[in-house]
Amino acid sequence: MTGFERFAESFFNPTLIGRYWPEIVSGMLITVEIALAVVATGIMLGFGLACVRSYRVLPLNAFIVVFVDVFRALPPLVLILILYFGLPNIGLNLSAFTVLWLVLSLVLAAFAEEILWAGILSVRKGQWDAARSTGLGFGQTLVSVILPQAVRLAIPPLTNRTIAITKNTALGSVIGVSEVIYQAQSAVSFSGNATPLMMAAIGYLLIFAPVVALGSFIERRFAWRRA
Amino acid sequence: MQLSVAQGAGAVRVSPILQVRGLTKRFGPLEVLKGIDFAVAPQELVFVIGPSGSGKSTLLRCCNRLEDADSGSILLDGVELMDPKCDLNAMRRRIGMVFQSFNLYPHLTVLGNVTLAMRKVLGKSRREADEIGLAALDRVGLADKAAAYPAALSGGQQQRVAIARALCLNPKVMLFDEPTSALDPELVGSVLAVMRDLREAGMTMVVVSHEMRFAREAADRIVFMEAGCIVEEGPPEQIFSAPANARTRAFVAEIAR
Ligand SMILES: Nc1ncnc2c1ncn2[C@@H]1O[C@H](COP(=O)(O)OP(=O)(O)O)[C@@H](O)[C@H]1O
Ligand SMILES: [Mg+2]
Repeated sequence: MTGFERFAESFFNPTLIGRYWPEIVSGMLITVEIALAVVATGIMLGFGLACVRSYRVLPLNAFIVVFVDVFRALPPLVLILILYFGLPNIGLNLSAFTVLWLVLSLVLAAFAEEILWAGILSVRKGQWDAARSTGLGFGQTLVSVILPQAVRLAIPPLTNRTIAITKNTALGSVIGVSEVIYQAQSAVSFSGNATPLMMAAIGYLLIFAPVVALGSFIERRFAWRRA
Repeated sequence: MQLSVAQGAGAVRVSPILQVRGLTKRFGPLEVLKGIDFAVAPQELVFVIGPSGSGKSTLLRCCNRLEDADSGSILLDGVELMDPKCDLNAMRRRIGMVFQSFNLYPHLTVLGNVTLAMRKVLGKSRREADEIGLAALDRVGLADKAAAYPAALSGGQQQRVAIARALCLNPKVMLFDEPTSALDPELVGSVLAVMRDLREAGMTMVVVSHEMRFAREAADRIVFMEAGCIVEEGPPEQIFSAPANARTRAFVAEIAR
């Protein structure tokens, strides 16, 4: 057997591909499901927090800052393990899927809040002055004038963060969420061959390549220059 | 219609549209406005001059409460703006403001810039707002730029859009804070021309600016501010040719050079 054949045999074994693709595909679907749920709740919550923060109500802002710092500092795996193995002790049984979704959503929310807040702060003060002087209220100014500019600044870092955090769906394999890595790992332990992991890797590419493309598309859509 | 505006202490015979009394404002330890009394008659053009840091911008910003004065009274058309119950958003759209740095919204087209407040504040339909917006743009000579984004315009054009944005709301008074200071000299004329038109149309204006030629020709009254106080006010001939106060004389000599 040549080196190439041995390589193909251990990473792209056609028999194993044929045997395990249904599992891998079902794992991919679960991964996509969690990723979409995390992106939706994480970004919405993050944007909500950044908007609340711009009203500068002291106790609320203190809470937001602590929340953001804690969830940015802790490794998501630690949070997942604490919630999954700790919560049942206080009588709260969350499914593995729920724990994974909740933790990653909160982590993404923390980063999204910080990124959007930085965007809001970098919009020049004169924009507030101009809008308020025409009679727009605080909320109207935020929504119609400030956020469109802040979001535009936030999109590149936010795309990167979102991808980095949704890739953490792989951590679900640790608590038994049957996402793609979990499926691949069990296939590997049955077959003693790395092919299923290679399939999972290709699965990730298929999932995330469009997200990257979408990110740069949105960036281009918002590409008006600053005055 | 020619209005009779008394010389000297700023006494205005016609009942003023904007009247500021005893206005004080401090930033921390810094007393920026030390009891300003100031009135503007309908259709009057008042020029405010004074050294940098004397509180001119702060005075204008207090007049529509972008800045909160510490004490005093601001009456616009008989409504007290310092009243905590005053509907500020409703009052602000009756006071147009034009800034040194234009402050156009970079994410909106020129037409989007001038129609935003009409749609969000006055609740006008897009069609109606566009119609009024285009008319205002026409007034400042920029109807052909309606679809452009601010970044594609020269400074002079941006400032004229900013004037159109304020005009759309039919303000009772317009406040200009150094509207031509950020412009290249060759673009100043186009903005002053628009302001001259506004004056001829009877707009009441308060202008902070050091465009002395424009002041001489267009202003009804010049107010000289220094260190948070109004030192002297009067018609342009008096302030520029025969100021009563020594500090006014020194300042006018300085800027005339
Ligand atoms: N937001 C602010 N915070 C602190 N100090 C300020 C602020 N705005 C203005 N000042 C100070 O108030 C004084 C008057 O400023 P300003 O009204 O801008 O003067 P002018 O427009 O006549 O140059 C200046 O000393 C300035 O530094
Ligand atoms: Mg100033």
